[in-house]
Amino acid sequence: MMSNQLAILQVVIPLIAAPLCLLVRHAKLTWLFALTISALCSVIALLLLQQVTTHGPVVYALGDWQAPIGIEYRIDVLGAYLLTIVTSISTIILLASSSINKSELSKQKQPLFYVAYLLCLTGMLGIIVTGDVFNLFIFIEISALASYTLIAMGKDRRALTAAFSYLLVGTLGATFILIGIGLMYMLTGTLNMHDLSVRLVELSQSRTLFTAFSFFIVGVCLKLALFPLHWWLPNAYTYSPSVASAFLAATATKVAIYILLRFIFGVFGQEFSFSALPLQNILMTLGIVGILVASTMAIYQKNAKQILAYSSIAQIAYMILTLGFNSHNGLLATLIHIFNHALMKGALFLALAAVMYRIGSMEIKQFAGLGKQMPWTFAAIVIGGLSLVGIPLTVGFISKWYMIVASLENGWWPVALVIVFGSLLAAVYVWRIFETAYLQTAHEPNKQIKEAPLRLLIPVWLLTLANIYFGIDVRFTQNIAELATQSILGSAM
Amino acid sequence: MNVAESFNYWAVMILMMSGLYILIAQGNLVKKVIGLTIFQTSVFILYISMANITGASAPVISEASSQTNLLFSNPLPHVMILTAIVVGISTTALALSLIIRIKRAYDTIEEDEIHDMDAQ
Repeated sequence: MMSNQLAILQVVIPLIAAPLCLLVRHAKLTWLFALTISALCSVIALLLLQQVTTHGPVVYALGDWQAPIGIEYRIDVLGAYLLTIVTSISTIILLASSSINKSELSKQKQPLFYVAYLLCLTGMLGIIVTGDVFNLFIFIEISALASYTLIAMGKDRRALTAAFSYLLVGTLGATFILIGIGLMYMLTGTLNMHDLSVRLVELSQSRTLFTAFSFFIVGVCLKLALFPLHWWLPNAYTYSPSVASAFLAATATKVAIYILLRFIFGVFGQEFSFSALPLQNILMTLGIVGILVASTMAIYQKNAKQILAYSSIAQIAYMILTLGFNSHNGLLATLIHIFNHALMKGALFLALAAVMYRIGSMEIKQFAGLGKQMPWTFAAIVIGGLSLVGIPLTVGFISKWYMIVASLENGWWPVALVIVFGSLLAAVYVWRIFETAYLQTAHEPNKQIKEAPLRLLIPVWLLTLANIYFGIDVRFTQNIAELATQSILGSAM
Repeated sequence: MNVAESFNYWAVMILMMSGLYILIAQGNLVKKVIGLTIFQTSVFILYISMANITGASAPVISEASSQTNLLFSNPLPHVMILTAIVVGISTTALALSLIIRIKRAYDTIEEDEIHDMDAQ
């Protein structure tokens, strides 16, 4: 009985839990509550993943109104895979959040932080499970409004302006998506994604559909910070509270990529997306330029979080590049990198949060000599950094491997070279952190710095070890990504 | 295409572009929010316009309407836009409250002045 309701529980539990946090109003208790809810969500996600891989897609009719009339939740392997990533990363990050938030937020703000956090989680999970395009827009806005609030809670006043520009860009993106949805509804009279994918096939010559497609894709690209629509992201990730940056960096952009995948291959159909329009050229060009420009920008940043933020833009560009290949292996590389990048950025941002907890600054020059003072935290940063570069035995290597295989398969060796060169640039910006932390001697105040407390080190190392584990044992990632690729390409045919 | 026939869509386009222009060109944060609201509102009109059917009345069921075979305009876009208006209002509310906080922190709401203060 319960197992039939998992799809809706996945979204409703955090949604109801969010306002309940307001009633509790006690920092520690709300944290425990949010952690429990997030853990519950990840259990549900795992159950769904298991259900989907054994019995096929889960379809849930909301309020028992059947599909074209009512809203439908539809979870396939891809959805369940994303649900698992988002919920488990969220749980691990929450595990560390109590003490980090205590040092970064005032006592009254902490319960409110968890309200916004759970709402943001609700929005993301909703985006993944829903099978209705208008419902998708609503969930996009729920997660977006919650993330503006999360970002604005940062201590630095620049957090406010960062949140404000994110709000403008995010609303613009969401409204573009709304226009796209409206035009699609105008053409077909349905909002159900499955229905749309069937009815849009006959309309592939319609100019209205081209307009809808362009509005929708540009809207999503604004959300996922695809170069050159990325300018809002660095400040938003840099000045937000550490927990929020870890959560958003590891999950938010992945969910946007999921929307892109779902629409390019599912709703609009692979044939329309790639043959009626030069989408392949656009995505690949933007991907390549994005990798090179964002990685180079990352080298020149003085703030450690800003380096990682630019690196995130570069990593998104990698995913878009391989998505643009429009091949089985390209898609596989994108999906594997979604998971792996969530692990890397989760580990790195959380480790930086531990550094922030001790020294209260993210300026690289303040890191001098900390490698000796905080050996465990910085060991985690080193492993996360190497993973970002793509050294063997880390998840980064697996991603890069699949990307290069996918590009060589098409004979695009210059693209493969760009991917390798991107890794070299990553090595440069990661090295700047290593060099300051290990090779420079500590200034006077830094000598007093102690290792981060165990309650921070445990979540950091959970993610770091996951970086190594999934870098050696690729069976889980590969199997699920393979199944998801098949389901995406299958739905397109 | 006749302009009078598609008057609504022309209005939508003009509003949409003016909103977008205000959003980009104005340096004052409140004006930016106004531009954003105009932009969003144009999309609401787009939805409402497409729901209209020539000669149809408002989709309200009453005794009289169930007896005569009246045409109704499509109610679904209206419902969607009600939801979108709520989303729009929350966005505006959040944006304005951020502006209040920005004003307190920087003592200005002009974008270029804020930019200069951050650059220091």
